[in-house]
Amino acid sequence: MRWLRAHIVAIGALLVLTYLLLPNVVVIVFSFNKPNGNYNYVWQRFSVDAWTNPCGTPGICDALGLSLRIGLIATLVSTILGTMVAFAIGRHRFRGRSSTNLLIFLPMATPEVVMGSSLLTLFIAMGVAPGSTTILIAHILFCLSFVVVTVKARIASLDPRLEQAAADLFANPLQTFVRVTLPLVAPGIAGGALLAFSLSFDDYIITNFNASPSSVTFPMFVWGAAQRGTPVQINVIGTVMFLTALVLVAGGQLISNRRAKAAA
Amino acid sequence: MAGPVADVAVPVVPRPRRARRNYTPYLLLLPGLAWLVVFFVVPMLSLASQSLQTGDVDTGYALTWHVQTYVAALSRFWPHFLRSIVFAGTATVLTLLLAYPLAYFMAQKAGRWKNFLLVLVIAPFFTSFLIRTLAWQTILTDNGPVAGLARSTHVTDLLQWVHLTSNDSLMNSRFAVICGLTYNFLPFMILPLYASLERLDHRLVEAAGDLYATPIQTFWKVTWPLSLPGVVGGTLLTFIPAAGDFINSRLLGNTQTVMIGQVIDSEFLRVQDYPTAAALSFVLMFVIVVIVALYVRRAGTEELV
Repeated sequence: MRWLRAHIVAIGALLVLTYLLLPNVVVIVFSFNKPNGNYNYVWQRFSVDAWTNPCGTPGICDALGLSLRIGLIATLVSTILGTMVAFAIGRHRFRGRSSTNLLIFLPMATPEVVMGSSLLTLFIAMGVAPGSTTILIAHILFCLSFVVVTVKARIASLDPRLEQAAADLFANPLQTFVRVTLPLVAPGIAGGALLAFSLSFDDYIITNFNASPSSVTFPMFVWGAAQRGTPVQINVIGTVMFLTALVLVAGGQLISNRRAKAAA
Repeated sequence: MAGPVADVAVPVVPRPRRARRNYTPYLLLLPGLAWLVVFFVVPMLSLASQSLQTGDVDTGYALTWHVQTYVAALSRFWPHFLRSIVFAGTATVLTLLLAYPLAYFMAQKAGRWKNFLLVLVIAPFFTSFLIRTLAWQTILTDNGPVAGLARSTHVTDLLQWVHLTSNDSLMNSRFAVICGLTYNFLPFMILPLYASLERLDHRLVEAAGDLYATPIQTFWKVTWPLSLPGVVGGTLLTFIPAAGDFINSRLLGNTQTVMIGQVIDSEFLRVQDYPTAAALSFVLMFVIVVIVALYVRRAGTEELV
């Protein structure tokens, strides 16, 4: 009883973590399933069929390719535009600063259906046909604010004395920016870019409003498949994504740990 | 290179700085803000105008200030609004109850496991939101172990008694939808809570204990008030997207669990009644803004996010 009382928070934390990670475990386990029929709900028997043939379901790899392409371009553009905005807000005093902040905040507080549908009404009014370009426009839009917020936080936490020191040592503004400011802000920019990519890669609701039948992204493929039965290949791709990201994050942590040790 | 030296040598005469106004911030802002104005502000205005137009897809629309659309849309779809708010509210409370112990443990007790646990909390995001929601179909499926356990422990009877399910299965019910919403937005609650609990000075908790506060008193008088910014941030990050979500209600629910996001989606893309869909979008925005404003005022925190 006393043991239970001492560890109640830890037990609670463990149960919540289980709830949080259970679906990921299910996705991985069921990527090795061989279902009877279309629905991959009940465990039948072990098989690596889907793993040896990940593009075996028609359309799945095209959708994946489109999502990766849109994700990369959206990440690149939103990271550049967002970083510029973050520097303007973080480093300069100018008129209209608070309304700029509001304009950055609003898209994050807007429900996805509203954002997707409003873009659709604009495209309809302008007579623009939906397709991968309109998807890209939408993705850059909703990634932008998140990049700004992430990079801005990093700029705000910089020690201004480092840049002053560079100026004292006769670095010109450009040198100071390239040699001092940019390397210090880089982790924030990288974080913003990662966030942008994962938001873009994962979006269904906004994308669906601005897509055409010929521009099917991976989430749209999954949604469409879910109406008729779920191919095991979806689980394979989900598992690969999960492991790749896990390796990237673990690697990043290892590097930053080593740097921290080297600095100490 | 001579610049700074020259500045020191020559007595500085205040230059007419105003003549050379600094345009750098405006140049930096221009492309990003232009994107936001063209693809966010203008579409919102376009949506507003759409909601007041009459006509149909084939013959085109004209702005007629037809406010009736709002009245008709609300009288038809108010149950969906109410349901969205109830589901999102329930899920928000549940995420708070679940996230708090985990965030507290990570921030105060985990020691060198802190970073590892943080990675585990973010890890679900590494697999698509849709794929993970589909995994709940597998977990809650009728002949699965979870449903079996719930039946043998009479949890299903309990759920039926409180009208969260309508028969002895777990899938396609209010229970499944709320379970999915809670699950999907849980990390959005854990991370802000963790951020504010991590800053909590543990000596304050010890001091409360030294002054004979019971653990419960310590929690309510010290820990909870100090974690309020995280609570407010987390509830907003959970409630706003949950209220507009329809993935969970569509994949885990039934015709009785349709949320407003799903109605807007189908009015736009299937029924193609654009004015009604636009009006519903606007009302949803309005309802969320009002609830958030009331809540933020009540919670007394001015600083958002």
